[in-house]
Amino acid sequence: MRWSDFLVMAVFVAVCAAAQAQSPAYGLGRTPSAEEIRAWDIAIGPEGKELPPGKGTAKEGATIYAARCAACHGQTGTEGPFNRLVGGQGTLNTNRPVKTVGSYWPFATTIWDYINRAMPVDNPGSLAPDQVYALTAFLLYRNSIIQETDVMDAASLPKVRMPNRNGFVPDPRPDWKAPVGGRN
Amino acid sequence: MKSSRRRFLQDGAILTGLVAGTVRSASGQTPGPGPENPAHRSAGFVSAMGERSRFEASARIWSDSSTGRVTSSRTPLQDSKGIITPSMLHFERHHARVPEIDPRRHRLLIHGLVDRPLIFTVAELERLPSISRIYFLECSGNSRNPRRGNAETAQQTHGMTSCSEWTGVPLSLLLQEAGVQREASWLVAEGADAAKMTRSIPLTKAMDDILVAYGQNGGALRPEQGYPLRLLIPGWEGNISIKWLRQIQVVDQPYMTREETSRYTDLLPDGRARQFTFEMDPKSVITFPSGGGNLPGPGFYEITGLAWSGRGAIRRVEVSTDGGANWQDAQLQEPVLRFAHTRFRFAWKWDGGEAVVQSRCIDEQGGFQPTVDELIRVRGTNYNYHHNHIQAWKINRDGSVRNALV
Ligand code: HEC
Repeated sequence: MRWSDFLVMAVFVAVCAAAQAQSPAYGLGRTPSAEEIRAWDIAIGPEGKELPPGKGTAKEGATIYAARCAACHGQTGTEGPFNRLVGGQGTLNTNRPVKTVGSYWPFATTIWDYINRAMPVDNPGSLAPDQVYALTAFLLYRNSIIQETDVMDAASLPKVRMPNRNGFVPDPRPDWKAPVGGRN
Repeated sequence: MKSSRRRFLQDGAILTGLVAGTVRSASGQTPGPGPENPAHRSAGFVSAMGERSRFEASARIWSDSSTGRVTSSRTPLQDSKGIITPSMLHFERHHARVPEIDPRRHRLLIHGLVDRPLIFTVAELERLPSISRIYFLECSGNSRNPRRGNAETAQQTHGMTSCSEWTGVPLSLLLQEAGVQREASWLVAEGADAAKMTRSIPLTKAMDDILVAYGQNGGALRPEQGYPLRLLIPGWEGNISIKWLRQIQVVDQPYMTREETSRYTDLLPDGRARQFTFEMDPKSVITFPSGGGNLPGPGFYEITGLAWSGRGAIRRVEVSTDGGANWQDAQLQEPVLRFAHTRFRFAWKWDGGEAVVQSRCIDEQGGFQPTVDELIRVRGTNYNYHHNHIQAWKINRDGSVRNALV
C-alpha cells in the first residue's frame, strides 16, 4: 500500500468509526423538503405500498393504449415494432421463449412502475395515475390474467397473481465444472 | 450497396495504414518516404484541447436498427493498448438516449430508511474525500450468441467491456452521512435519463466498494458514461452501475424493477430464470491477432489481449496456438488489479500454416473460463447474459484472421 493510499484509508477508518455513532462527519448536503422527496419518490415495490390513489379498468385502458402505445407495440400488443407485451405463456421452457409482461414478469406492480416512469417512450412521465392503472389493467386483461371489468387500484393491483411469480431462482454461479480428469 | 462499398474502399485507402498487420509490415517491406522537415508538416503550436492524429481512425461501432433506435455501441478492442479504454471509445449502452445535464442543476437525493435525508449538489460531492480506482465495466450481454450471427471482430464479439480510472466518493461515506437505519437491506438507485432507469442494489455491496463517480480517466465523466454523476459498482454487470445518478432510496427489500425482472435475468432450459446475477464471470479475449485482422507473413508476433473478472484479480492467463491441444502461460502486464482489465502478452512465431489462437484465464478465486460447450451444457441456449466462453480466432494461410467459433 502506498503512503497516500494509507492516509486515505486512515481517514476513512476514522470516518467509519464516527459514522457508527450515527452522526454526520462532514456536514455537507442539505435536508430536502418533504415536497422535494415526494416529487422524486415514485418507485413502487413488489408489495405496492407506495401506489398512489387512482383506479382504472382494461376497458378504459384499451382507448389509451390505442392512442399512446399501439404505434410502437402493435394494435394487440403482439405486432411490434417494439417489445411484444402480450402472449408467450407456456413458452419459457421451449427453444423459442417469448418473454412478455404476461409470460415472464413476476409482479404486476412492476408493470405499473415501469409504465409510469418510462412509457410512452416519446413522452415518459406524462400519464396520470388513473391512466397508468387503466393501461396496467389492459395489459393484464390481454394476457388473460384479470377480467375486462376488474378495477385496478392500490389495493387490488398488488394482489394480482402473475403466472411466472415463482419462476425466479437465486444466482448459483460459478455453475460450470472442469471436464472429468481436469483440464489439459 | 456498390457505391457505398466503393466509398468505403476510398475512405479505407487512407486508413489502411491503421490496420495493425499493415503497419507491422510497412517498416520491413516498402521503403518509406525520405525524411522531411517536420516544421513543414506541423499542425500548429498549441491547442486548447488536443485531438488525435488524423491518421488514427479507431472508432466505436453499432448495428443499425430498422426502427432507428440504436441503444449500444462497442469499443474497438482490436486497437486497444494497455488496460485503459480512452473515454471517447468506452462502449455505450443506454435505454433512453443520452440526457444533456447541466451539472449546476443536477442533484443527488438520498432518502428512505435513513435518519437524515440529504440532497447534494455535484460541487458538494466533489468537496468530500475522494478516491480513484481502475475498474472495468462490462455489459452482461457482451459476447452472447457465440455461434450465431455475424460477429467477426473482437469489437463485435467482446466490445461491450471497457476499463477506466474512476474518481468519486465512496457510496458508504454518503450513506453514513445520512445514517442508515437498522431495517435497511437494499438500495434503489435511479438515473436522470428519460427512462429513469432503476436498479435494486444490496446494501452490503454499497458499504463495501461502490463509488459515486464524477471523474473518468482524469477528467469529468463523458455524457454517455453518466455525466455528471454515476454509480460504479466494481465487478458487477454494467447495467446496475446507474448513470446520470440522481436518487438513492434506502429500502428493506429489492424493488423488482423492470431491469431486474424482465431484463438482466437469465433463462434456464426448464423455464425458470436466475435473478440478481450481479457478478461478471472470469473472461479473456485475444485482441491481436483477432477476427478481421491480417498477418502480413510468417515471423514474430506478440499475441496480446485482455483478461478480467468480477470476482477479483486475474491470477493466470494461458494461451494456445494449436487449437487447444497445448496451453502455455502468458505474461501478465503490471498492474494486475482487482476488477480491472489485465493486459497479457505471449511471444509467438507464426510458421505460416493454419493456426487457431485462444486464451483462457483463472481469477483469484480459482474461477476459470469454460468452453462454449461447457457453458451451454449447464445453461442451455436461452441464456442471454454472462457469456464468458473461451474465444478462438483462426489464422488462415493467407494471413487473414477469422472468428473460429462461427
Ligand atoms: C415511441 C415508441 C413507444 C411508445 C409510444 C410506447 N412504447 Fe413501450 N416500449 C418502447 C420501447 C423501445 C421499449 C423497450 C425499452 C427498453 O428496452 O429499454 C418499450 C418497453 C415497454 C414495456 C416493457 C416490455 C418488456 O417486456 O420489458 C412495456 C410494459 C411498455 N413498453 C408499455 C408501453 C405502454 C403501456 C405504452 C403506452 C402508454 C407504451 N409502452 C408506449 C417503445 C414505446
